[in-house]
Amino acid sequence: MSDRVIDCRGMVCPQPVINTKRAIEAANAGRITVIVDNQVAKTNVAKFAAASGLGAAIEEQGGHYYITMMKGAEQQPAAPAAPVVADDDAGSQVYLITQNTMGHGSPELGQVLIKAFITTLLEIKPRPAALLLINSGVKLAVQGSPVIEPLQILAERGVTVLSCGTCLDYYQLQSQLAVGDITNMYTIVETISHKKTVTI
Amino acid sequence: MGPGDLAGILRQLPVMHNPNVLVGITTSDDAGVYKLNETTALVQTVDFFTPIVDDPYLFGQIAAANSLSDIYAMGAMPLTALNLVAFPQGKLAGEVLLAILQGGRDKVAEAGAVIIGGHTIDDDEPKYGLAVTGITHPNKVWTNAGAQPGDALVLTKALGTGILASADRASLFPEGVAAAAASMAALNAVAAQIASDFSVHACTDITGFGLLGHVFEMAAGSNVSIVINSQALPLLPDAAEAAAMGLVPAGAYANRNYLQTVTFADSVKENIRDICFDPQTSGGLLFAVPGHQGEALAVALANAGLVDVNVIGQVTAQGEGDIYVR
Repeated sequence: MSDRVIDCRGMVCPQPVINTKRAIEAANAGRITVIVDNQVAKTNVAKFAAASGLGAAIEEQGGHYYITMMKGAEQQPAAPAAPVVADDDAGSQVYLITQNTMGHGSPELGQVLIKAFITTLLEIKPRPAALLLINSGVKLAVQGSPVIEPLQILAERGVTVLSCGTCLDYYQLQSQLAVGDITNMYTIVETISHKKTVTI
Repeated sequence: MGPGDLAGILRQLPVMHNPNVLVGITTSDDAGVYKLNETTALVQTVDFFTPIVDDPYLFGQIAAANSLSDIYAMGAMPLTALNLVAFPQGKLAGEVLLAILQGGRDKVAEAGAVIIGGHTIDDDEPKYGLAVTGITHPNKVWTNAGAQPGDALVLTKALGTGILASADRASLFPEGVAAAAASMAALNAVAAQIASDFSVHACTDITGFGLLGHVFEMAAGSNVSIVINSQALPLLPDAAEAAAMGLVPAGAYANRNYLQTVTFADSVKENIRDICFDPQTSGGLLFAVPGHQGEALAVALANAGLVDVNVIGQVTAQGEGDIYVR
């Protein structure tokens, strides 16, 4: 796994797309963050990510856009010449996790259940494509969470773990995110519209 | 400039009235028309831009074809042209300027017109284009304001030159880039000639505001609504793929933001929407002809060798420029 940051601020299209393409082709696997400073570049880089089969999380900070893509074994770019690596364990299931406990009833039981659920995901084949954490679900991905270890293992195996930025802000946990990336409602809606999704 | 910016500035200038002006700056048309007498009207236009291809001779051809196109879009014949040149003297070799002017000269000659002068300035970035004068009969002027409900819309060139110019800068999609260059360098002379045998209610050429920007000008100018069939749009090779991977020029987004009266059916994919707004250089002519003549015009144009012609939509009803893309 490697993290790459491609700073395309000050560049006009198509240069950010060209640089993103080069970075994705050069990277083996890992997280690639492209920084741009205009809407056109943001939209075009997001289009490129989608065309390459990579999910993209977009965050705006002070007029700059941080577009984060995860290149994993199950997310080969759709480049025609790229050799396709078979990964029998890669799945397409998305889980939308809306709270830090599981089910309605006793909160204590709910905490036991969510821990069992996340841990069990480690055993399931094919593994999930993504976990989308919203509302108190984001508490699962921050420092001190009881499931931080299994979530980190899932992320290392290529499962995309995304936490809702608005929710992290609300709970004032943005600086404590310990696994995965920050996302927004657009990416969440786009993901659950296109992928088979189960809501927890 | 984007359509919104330009309109905002032009609105601040008082209109100049003259009874001989048949088409002026108030109607967003392709060229101005001035009536000389009962049988002859002058048609005048000017256009120039920065290089869109690396090859200077090809750039000269494209710039000239683009400038001449406005004359054809008014149903006129080009007579004379003046070169407009900006060139970084000392930074680029004189042969580059020669090649640009040779390309323009050859294209004007192909159009049966003649270059009778021009003006050159020193500038950091090369620019080239022409001011062109043509003539037509005052009663036979094609404007963008005559489309009628029931008309069919016929487009004579494939779309995607702006997206493929981006692809060219990214050194991607060489096949599509070559096809775009050939399309941009092609005159609209044959299309205009063939269409003159049909009942042309309205005509415009597709350039910087993109297909839907110019469709909007026709719809608003004619007080009608227009439906575009996205599946019938002729596309340059690789244009859809290049748009899908984000090679969409900033001008396409500017056109999209400006056009508030466009509605897309859910089934129209994002990359096709981008192509609908893509700024075109030296694009095709868009004709509005009576509905029953649409297919016949398309067939006649295809028989004349224009391979990317299609009936792409219909004028539906009175309206205020609403556009629906299905």
